[in-house]
Amino acid sequence: MKDFSYLRAASVDAALQAAALPGAMLLAGGTTLIDLAKCGVTEPETLVDITHLKGLNSIEVGERGATIGALARMGHVADHGDIKSRFPAVSEALWQAASAQIRNMATIGGNLMQRTRCPYFRDPANFPACNKREPGSGCSAIGGVTRGHAVLGTSNACIAMYPGDLAVALVAFDAVVHLGLRQVPVDDFFLLPGTTPNREHAIEPGEMITAIEIPGSASARRSTYLKIRDRQSYEFAAASAAVGVEFEADGRTIRDLRVALGGVATKPWRARAAEDALKGKVLEPDAVRAASLLAVEGAVDHGANHYKIELAPRVVARAILKLGETA
Amino acid sequence: MTKIHVQLDINGDHHELQLEPRVTLLDALRDRLGLTGTKKGCDHGQCGACTVHVDGERVLACLTLAAQVEGRTVTTIEGLAREGEMHPVQAAFLEQDAFQCGYCTPGQIMSAVACIREGHAGSDEEIREYMAGNLCRCGAYPHIVAAVRQAALEVQS
Repeated sequence: MKDFSYLRAASVDAALQAAALPGAMLLAGGTTLIDLAKCGVTEPETLVDITHLKGLNSIEVGERGATIGALARMGHVADHGDIKSRFPAVSEALWQAASAQIRNMATIGGNLMQRTRCPYFRDPANFPACNKREPGSGCSAIGGVTRGHAVLGTSNACIAMYPGDLAVALVAFDAVVHLGLRQVPVDDFFLLPGTTPNREHAIEPGEMITAIEIPGSASARRSTYLKIRDRQSYEFAAASAAVGVEFEADGRTIRDLRVALGGVATKPWRARAAEDALKGKVLEPDAVRAASLLAVEGAVDHGANHYKIELAPRVVARAILKLGETA
Repeated sequence: MTKIHVQLDINGDHHELQLEPRVTLLDALRDRLGLTGTKKGCDHGQCGACTVHVDGERVLACLTLAAQVEGRTVTTIEGLAREGEMHPVQAAFLEQDAFQCGYCTPGQIMSAVACIREGHAGSDEEIREYMAGNLCRCGAYPHIVAAVRQAALEVQS
């Protein structure tokens, strides 16, 4: 790891001022940043430590929704009683992510800035070609070992998978990222790779995530996060789904449905076609399975990741049917 | 790069060090303070061998800069015993034979102490889930779960 200078920010304004200097980066939990600095993927000249800033780690939950400070840590949000009861998919996505140690370190704001686990991206010494690291250098993954790569939202420049869990639940429930004065829907915060895979988030130099806000809803209250992986725990998703449902008074007809996918796309993937196909319908297994196939509409595989196109709809269907059982 | 002055509070002792800013808490503990109980496994946050407590919570020392914990309280495996008396989790690991080579053990024990304190040791299933961040390449997992279960009962009673 190349050396850098370290400074501890005394205020949000001071942090933003320091982070605007060339080569400077904000440091929160460090679980991505320090790891990637050791890999030689990021080489910051200055790290601006924001973990000691006051007033950015609150978790407030009310009738209208939840507002979570950027420095609230993953483990605390996962265990928060009101998050568990009003946003079960958010809590479940968090406790199934990473390990207890990492969840104690990683912040909610930092979690949104998590980088891909593409092994070619993470290994600059052996794979110099990576459009995400070095725009225009090529993509080592295309034609390489692709078992963990994306099948949705890819481009000719990049097929790196978005690895996170939390943002999948956030995108399902229309959460909003607070960037100081500006607010951006989570779905728009994550960018498709297109021709510029180096640009992953709709955040500008001089901006910082200060909070995320999740609107309360009946579908968020009856929600779940189902994560299928190669190991039972402490592993990234092979495919995952954040799903929420609201029934009509009859308890069977779907009034509102939310579906988002993880582990299969280049960004947290909202599956609106699957949602629309089931709204107004009675929840029953055949209809759910048929609609779940729409969640991977347009998917393109690169050989070894083909299984994700088969797996993801089954994960979606199982998650929706599980919510139906509890109605 | 210019060294910085870092004050660390480790196991109740105060230390003052001149460090390059990039020095992790793990390297400061092992190479500068001689506290080699905290192990370096993967050095990338994947194995849990470097687990320590910062302000009472388990974290990974390999992904924490030493400078970041100035003003916080750090506990390592060397700080668990009280007046020569093993911590109940240490004693349970011995009794249950919860290790073979022992390299992951300090991290396992630090993680287990926190796991019990968090209230995440209620069943074998919950212990396995909340201890998942600590890998054991000898595969001593069944005995590790038994040790955590035993210690949880002792600590809670």
